[in-house]
Amino acid sequence: MSVAPAPKRSWTTRTRELALGALPPEKLLPDNQPTYVASWIYVFGVASLAALMVIIGSGVILSLKGPAWWHFTGIGHFFNSIHLWSVELFFFFMVIHLWGKYWMAAWRGGRSRVWVTGAVTFLVAVPAALTGYVSQQNFDAQWIATQAKDGLNSVGVGAFFNVTNFGQMYSYHVLLLPAAVVALVIVHVLLVRKHGVVPPFDLDKKLASSQTTSGATTSSSGAPGAPS
Amino acid sequence: MTRPRWSQREGQTAEWNGGYAPYDLVKELLIAVGAVSLLAVLLTVLFSSPDDRPSTIAQWSRGQPINFVATAAKELAGTSGTATYGPPYNHNGSGQHAAFLYPQKWLGVSHPINTANDFVIDPLKTVPDNPTLNSAVGQYQVAPEKTRTAWAEAFAKPLEEYETALEENKAPPKTVSIDGSTGSVTVQAAGAGPVPTMMAGLLDLAKSGGLDGSLLTSRQFFETDYTKPLLFMSDGGLLAERAEAQHLLGDQWGMMNETGSYPGQTWLWLYTVWYQIEPFKTSENADILVMLVMGVLSLAFICIPFIPGVRGIPRRIPIYRLIWREHYRARDAEA
Repeated sequence: MSVAPAPKRSWTTRTRELALGALPPEKLLPDNQPTYVASWIYVFGVASLAALMVIIGSGVILSLKGPAWWHFTGIGHFFNSIHLWSVELFFFFMVIHLWGKYWMAAWRGGRSRVWVTGAVTFLVAVPAALTGYVSQQNFDAQWIATQAKDGLNSVGVGAFFNVTNFGQMYSYHVLLLPAAVVALVIVHVLLVRKHGVVPPFDLDKKLASSQTTSGATTSSSGAPGAPS
Repeated sequence: MTRPRWSQREGQTAEWNGGYAPYDLVKELLIAVGAVSLLAVLLTVLFSSPDDRPSTIAQWSRGQPINFVATAAKELAGTSGTATYGPPYNHNGSGQHAAFLYPQKWLGVSHPINTANDFVIDPLKTVPDNPTLNSAVGQYQVAPEKTRTAWAEAFAKPLEEYETALEENKAPPKTVSIDGSTGSVTVQAAGAGPVPTMMAGLLDLAKSGGLDGSLLTSRQFFETDYTKPLLFMSDGGLLAERAEAQHLLGDQWGMMNETGSYPGQTWLWLYTVWYQIEPFKTSENADILVMLVMGVLSLAFICIPFIPGVRGIPRRIPIYRLIWREHYRARDAEA
């Protein structure tokens, strides 16, 4: 009796297996958390995410009506104000979140990429906001553009990123930089889900001592790897 | 016993053998979105957002005609900030540098601007039915460069003296006067050739609003590049005057301020700190020096997990005991 050869694993199959291996559904959308995740500091990560969603929502409404709309309609000004304040909140939450994660040394246990993506997100959000400020079409935009150009020109960036060119800045603000921020945030959140929330320091010590005695390596969701 | 390499230790993960508590991730996110939305609406209702109308060249020329003409004269003479800027606008300066780094020069001129042609002569050529003005522009253009420079500088000098006297709160010289009824500026400048006629024509064009449009004109109908009008206006005094009144200047920590009393880009606080201290404060290369410092600090910020010493601070300063106080309290109770 002849047996049909096993089908060759396709790229799709491998991608699915990789994705499910790294992030099984119960890890991607958990319904429980370790008991040490009990502090107000954890609120600022999700608050940053929420502020980003409000920024995008209000930004989409402003984009639908065009860049001049908010200057001559009350409803337009309302959504511009929502956009402004959600940006202020986003940076406020993000800064507290980053400080909190620093004092937790949240890069421990193979989580350095989580820190790196978070830090890069903050740095990319800065020009995302700047391009918004110079796209306002008011005096603020005029002044900020004429001042920001000197810093950017001094390092050569002004040669291809011209803050006095409204068209270019608007493109960066409504598409390119928000897309970069959102992509980074998605990667950041997936990495958090993959590695879990960094555990308290004593767990590190416990593990470090067990390694010293046994030299064994365990694997799962906590974290050792104390920073030196 | 050999200590495992840092990268290996970082790659290891430990099993959490403690307890777990119920957690509804989706619910938490939706509540957060609702709460932040409400907070944003509350801030909007309470404070709204600033929207100071932009300045135009027409407003500038009507409100500050002497400053406008003085700036235009510098553009014509090639002595304004933009005229001597260097890359990316022209080759009249090398730009800023730090040690052997000349990135501004290396990247070259990407937005070419000839201030005499772009800000003065070309706009004047668009003025119709003015043979006197056309003749003056023609006379200026055919003159040797040395003569053109001498004319422009002869016209600009009394205006500079006038502006300097005003800055120093001294009585301004009588070589410059303004007609209050027409807003026209008279400059007594010997040896200025056709420049007084050209400047009078440019002032009239600016007051009519024609120069605002003229500086935006390019090879295509639609235009979104405001580089020329913005650079021209920033060479003058109107934008800086408004900015100072709104505490937006560099020495007012303006980078993180906003018009009115609104918070601006407060996250740029560290960037603007450097401009307040030496050697950056008085350096001609302050911008590139600050950008380099911030570039290095940004890289360090990203690389904190890999920087010995910095990555160990959180363990030495036990703020983590505050963050995980419930955990440590439970552990201490068990002990």
